[in-house]
Amino acid sequence: MTTVLERPGAEGAATAADEAVADVPDGATVLIGGFGAAGQPVELIDALRRRGARDLTVVNNNAGNGDTGLAALLATGAVRKMVCSFPRQSDSWVFDDLYRSGRIELEVVPQGNLAERMRAAGAGIGAFFSPTGVGTPLAEGKEERTIDGRRYVLEMPIRGDYALVKAHVADRVGNLVYRKTARNFGPVMATAATTTVVQVSRVVETGELDPEVVVTPGIYVDRVVVTHG
Amino acid sequence: MGERASTSERLSKDQIAAMIADDIPTGAFVNLGIGQPTLVADHLDLERGVVLHTENGMLGMGRAAVGDEVDPDLINAGKIPVVETPGASYFHHADSFAMMRGGHLDVCVLGAFQVAVNGDLANWHTGAPDAIPAVGGAMDLAIGAKDVFVMMTLFGKDGSSKLVRECTYPLTGVACVSRVYTDHGVFEITPAGVRLREAYGATADELRHRTGLDLL
Repeated sequence: MTTVLERPGAEGAATAADEAVADVPDGATVLIGGFGAAGQPVELIDALRRRGARDLTVVNNNAGNGDTGLAALLATGAVRKMVCSFPRQSDSWVFDDLYRSGRIELEVVPQGNLAERMRAAGAGIGAFFSPTGVGTPLAEGKEERTIDGRRYVLEMPIRGDYALVKAHVADRVGNLVYRKTARNFGPVMATAATTTVVQVSRVVETGELDPEVVVTPGIYVDRVVVTHG
Repeated sequence: MGERASTSERLSKDQIAAMIADDIPTGAFVNLGIGQPTLVADHLDLERGVVLHTENGMLGMGRAAVGDEVDPDLINAGKIPVVETPGASYFHHADSFAMMRGGHLDVCVLGAFQVAVNGDLANWHTGAPDAIPAVGGAMDLAIGAKDVFVMMTLFGKDGSSKLVRECTYPLTGVACVSRVYTDHGVFEITPAGVRLREAYGATADELRHRTGLDLL
Protein backbone atom coordinates (compact mmCIF):
# COMPACT_ATOMS: atom_id res chain seq x y z
CA MET A 1 0.00 0.00 0.00
CA THR A 2 1.44 3.32 -1.08
CA THR A 3 0.93 6.53 0.91
CA VAL A 4 1.07 9.78 -1.07
CA LEU A 5 2.20 12.79 0.99
CA GLU A 6 1.31 16.00 -0.80
CA ARG A 7 1.23 19.42 0.87
CA PRO A 8 1.01 22.78 -0.87
CA GLY A 9 4.11 24.92 -1.36
CA ALA A 10 7.81 24.40 -0.71
CA GLU A 11 7.32 24.37 3.08
CA GLY A 12 4.56 21.81 2.67
CA ALA A 13 6.84 19.61 0.59
CA ALA A 14 9.51 19.80 3.30
CA THR A 15 6.94 18.84 5.95
CA ALA A 16 5.81 15.90 3.80
CA ALA A 17 9.43 14.80 3.38
CA ASP A 18 9.96 15.04 7.15
CA GLU A 19 6.92 12.84 7.72
CA ALA A 20 8.14 10.32 5.14
CA VAL A 21 11.45 9.69 6.94
CA ALA A 22 10.28 10.28 10.52
CA ASP A 23 10.71 6.61 11.49
CA VAL A 24 14.28 6.09 10.19
CA PRO A 25 16.09 4.80 13.30
CA ASP A 26 19.70 5.10 14.41
CA GLY A 27 21.86 2.45 12.77
CA ALA A 28 19.67 2.10 9.66
CA THR A 29 21.06 1.20 6.23
CA VAL A 30 19.75 3.75 3.74
CA LEU A 31 20.03 3.30 -0.03
CA ILE A 32 20.15 6.74 -1.66
CA GLY A 33 19.62 7.08 -5.41
CA GLY A 34 21.46 9.35 -7.79
CA PHE A 35 24.56 9.49 -9.94
CA GLY A 36 26.21 12.74 -8.97
CA ALA A 37 23.35 15.25 -8.92
CA ALA A 38 21.16 13.42 -11.48
CA GLY A 39 18.44 11.54 -9.64
CA GLN A 40 19.68 12.59 -6.20
CA PRO A 41 16.61 12.86 -3.91
CA VAL A 42 17.81 16.09 -2.29
CA GLU A 43 14.54 16.95 -0.48
CA LEU A 44 14.41 13.49 1.14
CA ILE A 45 18.10 13.63 2.09
CA ASP A 46 17.53 17.06 3.68
CA ALA A 47 14.62 15.58 5.64
CA LEU A 48 16.81 12.68 6.77
CA ARG A 49 19.41 15.21 7.93
CA ARG A 50 16.74 17.09 9.93
CA ARG A 51 15.51 13.78 11.35
CA GLY A 52 18.88 13.45 13.09
CA ALA A 53 19.23 9.65 13.05
CA ARG A 54 22.84 8.63 13.76
CA ASP A 55 25.17 5.75 12.98
CA LEU A 56 23.75 5.32 9.48
CA THR A 57 25.15 3.19 6.67
CA VAL A 58 24.53 4.96 3.36
CA VAL A 59 24.72 3.32 -0.06
CA ASN A 60 25.10 5.67 -3.04
CA ASN A 61 27.23 5.69 -6.19
CA ASN A 62 29.24 8.64 -4.88
CA ALA A 63 29.96 10.18 -1.51
CA GLY A 64 28.46 13.63 -1.91
CA ASN A 65 29.20 16.64 -4.08
CA GLY A 66 29.74 20.20 -2.89
CA ASP A 67 27.98 21.12 0.35
CA THR A 68 24.38 20.12 -0.38
CA GLY A 69 22.31 16.92 -0.45
CA LEU A 70 24.32 13.85 0.55
CA ALA A 71 27.39 15.99 1.37
CA ALA A 72 25.30 18.03 3.86
CA LEU A 73 24.09 14.80 5.50
CA LEU A 74 27.67 13.51 5.78
CA ALA A 75 28.77 16.83 7.27
CA THR A 76 26.50 16.29 10.31
CA GLY A 77 28.46 13.16 11.24
CA ALA A 78 25.31 11.04 11.04
CA VAL A 79 26.87 8.48 8.68
CA ARG A 80 29.10 5.77 10.13
CA LYS A 81 29.80 3.98 6.86
CA MET A 82 29.62 4.85 3.18
CA VAL A 83 29.21 2.09 0.58
CA CYS A 84 29.88 3.46 -2.92
CA SER A 85 31.80 3.01 -6.16
CA PHE A 86 33.32 6.45 -6.63
CA PRO A 87 33.81 8.63 -3.53
CA ARG A 88 36.67 10.75 -4.83
CA GLN A 89 35.63 13.70 -6.98
CA SER A 90 36.78 17.26 -7.47
CA ASP A 91 34.00 18.47 -5.15
CA SER A 92 33.86 15.67 -2.55
CA TRP A 93 35.69 17.66 0.13
CA VAL A 94 33.17 16.85 2.90
CA PHE A 95 33.69 13.11 2.50
CA ASP A 96 37.45 13.50 1.90
CA ASP A 97 37.88 15.29 5.25
CA LEU A 98 35.80 12.73 7.16
CA TYR A 99 37.70 9.84 5.58
CA ARG A 100 41.17 11.27 6.05
CA SER A 101 40.44 12.01 9.71
CA GLY A 102 39.09 8.49 10.27
CA ARG A 103 35.55 9.60 11.05
CA ILE A 104 33.84 7.51 8.37
CA GLU A 105 34.23 3.94 7.10
CA LEU A 106 34.36 3.29 3.36
CA GLU A 107 33.50 0.18 1.35
CA VAL A 108 34.40 0.68 -2.30
CA VAL A 109 32.38 -1.56 -4.64
CA PRO A 110 32.69 -1.70 -8.43
CA GLN A 111 29.67 0.14 -9.84
CA GLY A 112 28.12 -2.88 -11.57
CA ASN A 113 28.56 -5.08 -8.51
CA LEU A 114 26.98 -2.35 -6.39
CA ALA A 115 23.89 -2.29 -8.64
CA GLU A 116 23.72 -6.08 -8.92
CA ARG A 117 24.12 -6.62 -5.17
CA MET A 118 21.03 -4.48 -4.61
CA ARG A 119 19.23 -6.16 -7.50
CA ALA A 120 19.97 -9.51 -5.85
CA ALA A 121 18.57 -8.32 -2.52
CA GLY A 122 15.38 -7.14 -4.21
CA ALA A 123 15.06 -10.34 -6.23
CA GLY A 124 15.61 -12.74 -3.35
CA ILE A 125 18.97 -14.01 -4.61
CA GLY A 126 21.20 -15.29 -1.78
CA ALA A 127 24.50 -14.26 -3.43
CA PHE A 128 25.97 -14.39 -6.93
CA PHE A 129 29.24 -14.97 -8.75
CA SER A 130 30.51 -11.92 -10.67
CA PRO A 131 33.49 -11.73 -13.03
CA THR A 132 34.00 -8.07 -12.06
CA GLY A 133 36.94 -7.47 -9.75
CA VAL A 134 38.57 -10.88 -10.14
CA GLY A 135 42.31 -10.64 -9.45
CA THR A 136 42.03 -7.13 -8.00
CA PRO A 137 42.32 -5.83 -4.41
CA LEU A 138 38.50 -5.52 -4.29
CA ALA A 139 38.14 -9.31 -4.55
CA GLU A 140 40.58 -10.08 -1.73
CA GLY A 141 39.14 -12.43 0.86
CA LYS A 142 36.12 -13.27 -1.29
CA GLU A 143 35.24 -16.79 -2.37
CA GLU A 144 36.34 -17.43 -5.94
CA ARG A 145 35.10 -20.02 -8.39
CA THR A 146 35.93 -20.97 -11.98
CA ILE A 147 32.88 -21.68 -14.11
CA ASP A 148 33.32 -22.78 -17.74
CA GLY A 149 36.93 -21.61 -17.60
CA ARG A 150 36.16 -18.11 -16.34
CA ARG A 151 36.95 -16.80 -12.86
CA TYR A 152 34.22 -15.28 -10.68
CA VAL A 153 34.00 -13.87 -7.13
CA LEU A 154 31.11 -14.33 -4.74
CA GLU A 155 29.19 -11.12 -4.08
CA MET A 156 26.61 -10.73 -1.32
CA PRO A 157 23.31 -8.84 -1.59
CA ILE A 158 22.97 -5.32 -0.18
CA ARG A 159 19.62 -4.85 1.50
CA GLY A 160 18.41 -1.49 2.75
CA ASP A 161 16.14 -0.68 5.66
CA TYR A 162 15.12 2.39 3.67
CA ALA A 163 15.57 3.52 0.07
CA LEU A 164 15.34 7.20 -0.83
CA VAL A 165 14.71 7.57 -4.55
CA LYS A 166 13.90 10.39 -6.95
CA ALA A 167 11.52 9.64 -9.80
CA HIS A 168 9.70 11.98 -12.18
CA VAL A 169 5.99 11.13 -11.99
CA ALA A 170 4.03 8.77 -9.73
CA ASP A 171 0.40 7.77 -9.72
CA ARG A 172 -1.53 7.25 -6.49
CA VAL A 173 -0.71 3.54 -6.28
CA GLY A 174 3.01 4.25 -6.48
CA ASN A 175 3.77 3.36 -10.11
CA LEU A 176 6.78 5.39 -11.21
CA VAL A 177 8.35 6.78 -14.34
CA TYR A 178 11.75 8.41 -14.32
CA ARG A 179 13.43 11.07 -16.44
CA LYS A 180 16.44 10.36 -18.71
CA THR A 181 19.68 9.38 -16.94
CA ALA A 182 18.22 10.45 -13.57
CA ARG A 183 16.74 6.93 -13.51
CA ASN A 184 20.15 5.37 -12.67
CA PHE A 185 19.96 3.46 -9.35
CA GLY A 186 16.32 4.33 -8.54
CA PRO A 187 14.50 1.25 -9.89
CA VAL A 188 17.01 -1.15 -8.33
CA MET A 189 17.10 0.54 -4.92
CA ALA A 190 13.30 0.67 -4.84
CA THR A 191 13.22 -3.14 -4.88
CA ALA A 192 15.96 -3.65 -2.29
CA ALA A 193 14.66 -1.85 0.81
CA THR A 194 12.12 -2.70 3.48
CA THR A 195 10.64 0.80 3.15
CA THR A 196 10.97 2.70 -0.13
CA VAL A 197 10.39 6.44 -0.06
CA VAL A 198 10.18 8.26 -3.39
CA GLN A 199 10.13 11.94 -4.22
CA VAL A 200 8.49 13.00 -7.48
CA SER A 201 7.85 16.27 -9.27
CA ARG A 202 4.25 15.40 -9.93
CA VAL A 203 1.59 12.88 -8.96
CA VAL A 204 -1.16 11.91 -11.39
CA GLU A 205 -4.45 10.12 -10.84
CA THR A 206 -4.36 6.32 -10.93
CA GLY A 207 -4.95 5.20 -14.50
CA GLU A 208 -3.22 8.17 -16.08
CA LEU A 209 0.15 6.43 -16.44
CA ASP A 210 0.35 4.08 -19.41
CA PRO A 211 0.96 0.63 -17.83
CA GLU A 212 3.34 -0.12 -20.73
CA VAL A 213 5.74 2.63 -19.68
CA VAL A 214 5.74 2.14 -15.90
CA VAL A 215 9.35 1.51 -14.86
CA THR A 216 8.87 0.81 -11.14
CA PRO A 217 5.57 -0.89 -10.28
CA GLY A 218 3.88 0.43 -7.14
CA ILE A 219 4.41 -2.84 -5.26
CA TYR A 220 7.92 -1.59 -4.47
CA VAL A 221 6.86 1.88 -3.32
CA ASP A 222 5.73 2.66 0.24
CA ARG A 223 5.70 6.46 0.40
CA VAL A 224 5.56 9.15 -2.26
CA VAL A 225 6.46 12.75 -1.50
CA VAL A 226 5.51 15.40 -4.06
CA THR A 227 8.16 18.12 -4.31
CA HIS A 228 6.66 20.19 -7.15
CA GLY A 229 9.87 20.61 -9.10
CA MET B 1 39.93 11.96 -39.77
CA GLY B 2 42.36 14.86 -39.20
CA GLU B 3 45.78 15.30 -40.75
CA ARG B 4 47.73 12.24 -41.76
CA ALA B 5 50.06 11.03 -39.03
CA SER B 6 53.77 11.15 -39.77
CA THR B 7 55.96 8.35 -38.46
CA SER B 8 58.70 10.87 -37.64
CA GLU B 9 56.63 12.54 -34.94
CA ARG B 10 54.70 11.34 -31.91
CA LEU B 11 50.94 11.24 -32.32
CA SER B 12 48.87 13.99 -30.71
CA LYS B 13 45.91 13.07 -28.50
CA ASP B 14 43.60 13.92 -31.38
CA GLN B 15 45.53 11.72 -33.80
CA ILE B 16 45.38 8.81 -31.34
CA ALA B 17 41.64 9.40 -30.94
CA ALA B 18 41.19 9.47 -34.72
CA MET B 19 43.10 6.18 -35.06
CA ILE B 20 40.87 4.52 -32.45
CA ALA B 21 37.75 5.87 -34.19
CA ASP B 22 38.98 4.40 -37.50
CA ASP B 23 39.38 0.97 -35.87
CA ILE B 24 35.88 0.88 -34.40
CA PRO B 25 33.72 -1.36 -36.60
CA THR B 26 30.57 -0.17 -38.33
CA GLY B 27 27.48 -0.59 -36.13
CA ALA B 28 29.49 -1.24 -32.97
CA PHE B 29 28.17 -0.55 -29.46
CA VAL B 30 30.90 1.43 -27.74
CA ASN B 31 31.64 2.81 -24.28
CA LEU B 32 34.15 5.64 -24.03
CA GLY B 33 35.74 6.02 -20.59
CA ILE B 34 36.06 9.28 -18.68
CA GLY B 35 38.88 11.67 -19.67
CA GLN B 36 40.95 11.29 -22.85
CA PRO B 37 38.84 8.48 -24.38
CA THR B 38 35.92 10.92 -24.75
CA LEU B 39 37.98 12.59 -27.54
CA VAL B 40 37.25 9.53 -29.70
CA ALA B 41 33.62 10.69 -30.00
CA ASP B 42 34.76 13.74 -31.99
CA HIS B 43 36.24 11.47 -34.66
CA LEU B 44 33.45 8.90 -34.97
CA ASP B 45 31.54 9.03 -38.20
CA LEU B 46 27.97 8.65 -36.94
CA GLU B 47 26.83 7.65 -40.45
CA ARG B 48 28.55 4.35 -39.74
CA GLY B 49 25.98 3.74 -37.03
CA VAL B 50 28.28 3.49 -34.01
CA VAL B 51 26.12 3.61 -30.86
CA LEU B 52 27.59 5.11 -27.69
CA HIS B 53 26.76 3.57 -24.31
CA THR B 54 27.13 5.50 -21.08
CA GLU B 55 27.14 3.36 -17.94
CA ASN B 56 24.81 5.66 -16.02
CA GLY B 57 22.02 4.28 -18.18
CA MET B 58 21.82 5.25 -21.83
CA LEU B 59 22.44 3.95 -25.33
CA GLY B 60 22.54 6.45 -28.17
CA MET B 61 24.38 9.14 -26.28
CA GLY B 62 25.13 12.22 -28.37
CA ARG B 63 27.62 15.06 -28.13
CA ALA B 64 28.07 17.45 -25.19
CA ALA B 65 25.04 19.68 -24.65
CA VAL B 66 25.35 23.43 -25.24
CA GLY B 67 23.20 26.38 -24.13
CA ASP B 68 19.51 25.52 -23.82
CA GLU B 69 20.21 21.83 -24.47
CA VAL B 70 21.74 21.42 -21.00
CA ASP B 71 19.46 19.21 -18.86
CA PRO B 72 20.69 18.16 -15.39
CA ASP B 73 18.83 14.85 -15.83
CA LEU B 74 20.81 13.98 -18.98
CA ILE B 75 24.50 13.47 -18.25
CA ASN B 76 27.27 11.06 -19.20
CA ALA B 77 29.47 8.96 -16.93
CA GLY B 78 31.77 11.95 -16.46
CA LYS B 79 28.70 13.91 -15.24
CA ILE B 80 28.89 16.20 -18.30
CA PRO B 81 25.51 17.22 -19.84
CA VAL B 82 25.00 15.52 -23.21
CA VAL B 83 22.21 15.23 -25.81
CA GLU B 84 20.31 12.14 -26.95
CA THR B 85 20.36 10.88 -30.55
CA PRO B 86 17.41 9.37 -32.47
CA GLY B 87 16.95 5.77 -31.32
CA ALA B 88 18.34 6.44 -27.86
CA SER B 89 17.13 4.45 -24.86
CA TYR B 90 17.38 4.78 -21.09
CA PHE B 91 17.70 1.99 -18.53
CA HIS B 92 18.61 1.54 -14.89
CA HIS B 93 22.06 0.77 -13.51
CA ALA B 94 21.65 -2.99 -13.07
CA ASP B 95 20.59 -3.27 -16.74
CA SER B 96 23.40 -0.99 -17.85
CA PHE B 97 26.04 -3.14 -16.19
CA ALA B 98 24.35 -6.39 -17.23
CA MET B 99 24.81 -5.08 -20.77
CA MET B 100 28.57 -4.80 -20.14
CA ARG B 101 29.14 -7.89 -18.06
CA GLY B 102 26.99 -9.94 -20.41
CA GLY B 103 29.34 -9.21 -23.30
CA HIS B 104 26.93 -7.07 -25.33
CA LEU B 105 29.27 -4.11 -25.81
CA ASP B 106 31.71 -4.44 -28.69
CA VAL B 107 34.38 -1.99 -27.61
CA CYS B 108 35.29 0.12 -24.63
CA VAL B 109 38.09 2.66 -24.58
CA LEU B 110 39.78 3.31 -21.24
CA GLY B 111 42.68 5.34 -19.91
CA ALA B 112 45.40 3.54 -17.94
CA PHE B 113 48.27 3.95 -15.49
CA GLN B 114 49.81 0.69 -16.69
CA VAL B 115 49.09 -2.17 -19.08
CA ALA B 116 51.01 -5.45 -18.85
CA VAL B 117 52.12 -7.56 -21.82
CA ASN B 118 49.46 -10.16 -20.95
CA GLY B 119 46.71 -7.52 -21.06
CA ASP B 120 46.44 -6.85 -17.32
CA LEU B 121 45.08 -3.34 -16.73
CA ALA B 122 45.78 -0.92 -13.87
CA ASN B 123 43.80 2.31 -14.07
CA TRP B 124 41.92 2.93 -10.84
CA HIS B 125 44.31 3.29 -7.92
CA THR B 126 47.94 4.27 -7.57
CA GLY B 127 48.19 2.41 -4.28
CA ALA B 128 49.46 5.58 -2.58
CA PRO B 129 48.69 5.37 1.16
CA ASP B 130 46.83 8.71 1.34
CA ALA B 131 44.80 8.13 -1.85
CA ILE B 132 41.05 7.62 -1.46
CA PRO B 133 40.19 4.55 -3.54
CA ALA B 134 37.50 5.09 -6.20
CA VAL B 135 36.74 2.59 -8.94
CA GLY B 136 33.42 3.53 -10.54
CA GLY B 137 32.62 1.31 -13.53
CA ALA B 138 36.21 0.65 -14.61
CA MET B 139 36.37 -2.96 -13.40
CA ASP B 140 33.03 -3.83 -14.99
CA LEU B 141 34.05 -2.28 -18.31
CA ALA B 142 37.46 -3.95 -18.26
CA ILE B 143 36.04 -7.45 -18.05
CA GLY B 144 32.79 -6.80 -19.90
CA ALA B 145 33.43 -5.37 -23.35
CA LYS B 146 34.44 -7.78 -26.13
CA ASP B 147 37.42 -5.56 -26.98
CA VAL B 148 39.11 -3.29 -24.46
CA PHE B 149 41.20 -0.55 -26.04
CA VAL B 150 43.48 1.56 -23.89
CA MET B 151 44.40 5.14 -24.79
CA MET B 152 47.45 6.53 -23.00
CA THR B 153 50.91 8.03 -23.47
CA LEU B 154 53.51 5.29 -23.73
CA PHE B 155 55.81 6.89 -21.17
CA GLY B 156 55.02 8.54 -17.85
CA LYS B 157 56.28 11.99 -16.83
CA ASP B 158 59.35 10.33 -15.29
CA GLY B 159 60.11 8.59 -18.59
CA SER B 160 59.16 5.10 -17.40
CA SER B 161 57.16 2.87 -19.73
CA LYS B 162 53.47 2.41 -18.91
CA LEU B 163 53.45 -0.75 -21.02
CA VAL B 164 55.13 -3.18 -18.63
CA ARG B 165 56.03 -6.82 -18.08
CA GLU B 166 53.91 -6.86 -14.92
CA CYS B 167 51.74 -4.11 -13.39
CA THR B 168 53.01 -2.65 -10.12
CA TYR B 169 49.80 -0.68 -9.47
CA PRO B 170 46.68 -2.48 -8.15
CA LEU B 171 44.85 -4.21 -11.02
CA THR B 172 41.53 -3.19 -12.55
CA GLY B 173 41.19 -6.38 -14.58
CA VAL B 174 43.18 -9.48 -15.49
CA ALA B 175 44.27 -10.11 -19.11
CA CYS B 176 41.49 -7.89 -20.44
CA VAL B 177 43.18 -5.37 -22.78
CA SER B 178 43.35 -6.17 -26.48
CA ARG B 179 45.05 -3.04 -27.86
CA VAL B 180 46.99 -0.09 -26.49
CA TYR B 181 46.86 3.15 -28.48
CA THR B 182 49.72 5.49 -27.59
CA ASP B 183 51.57 8.54 -28.87
CA HIS B 184 54.28 6.14 -30.15
CA GLY B 185 51.92 3.78 -31.96
CA VAL B 186 49.46 0.95 -31.49
CA PHE B 187 50.40 -2.15 -29.50
CA GLU B 188 48.34 -5.30 -30.03
CA ILE B 189 48.23 -7.76 -27.14
CA THR B 190 48.33 -11.25 -28.70
CA PRO B 191 48.92 -14.73 -27.26
CA ALA B 192 52.33 -14.68 -29.00
CA GLY B 193 53.31 -11.36 -27.40
CA VAL B 194 52.94 -7.63 -27.97
CA ARG B 195 52.92 -6.59 -31.63
CA LEU B 196 53.78 -2.99 -32.54
CA ARG B 197 51.63 -1.96 -35.50
CA GLU B 198 53.62 1.12 -36.54
CA ALA B 199 56.06 3.32 -34.62
CA TYR B 200 55.76 7.09 -34.36
CA GLY B 201 58.39 9.51 -33.05
CA ALA B 202 60.91 6.71 -32.49
CA THR B 203 62.01 3.56 -34.27
CA ALA B 204 60.71 0.16 -33.21
CA ASP B 205 64.17 -0.66 -31.88
CA GLU B 206 64.27 2.52 -29.80
CA LEU B 207 60.87 1.60 -28.35
CA ARG B 208 62.12 -1.93 -27.56
CA HIS B 209 65.03 -0.38 -25.73
CA ARG B 210 63.01 2.24 -23.82
CA THR B 211 60.18 -0.15 -22.82
CA GLY B 212 62.53 -3.07 -22.14
CA LEU B 213 60.02 -5.31 -23.94
CA ASP B 214 60.40 -7.79 -26.79
CA LEU B 215 58.01 -6.28 -29.30
CA LEU B 216 56.93 -8.37 -32.27
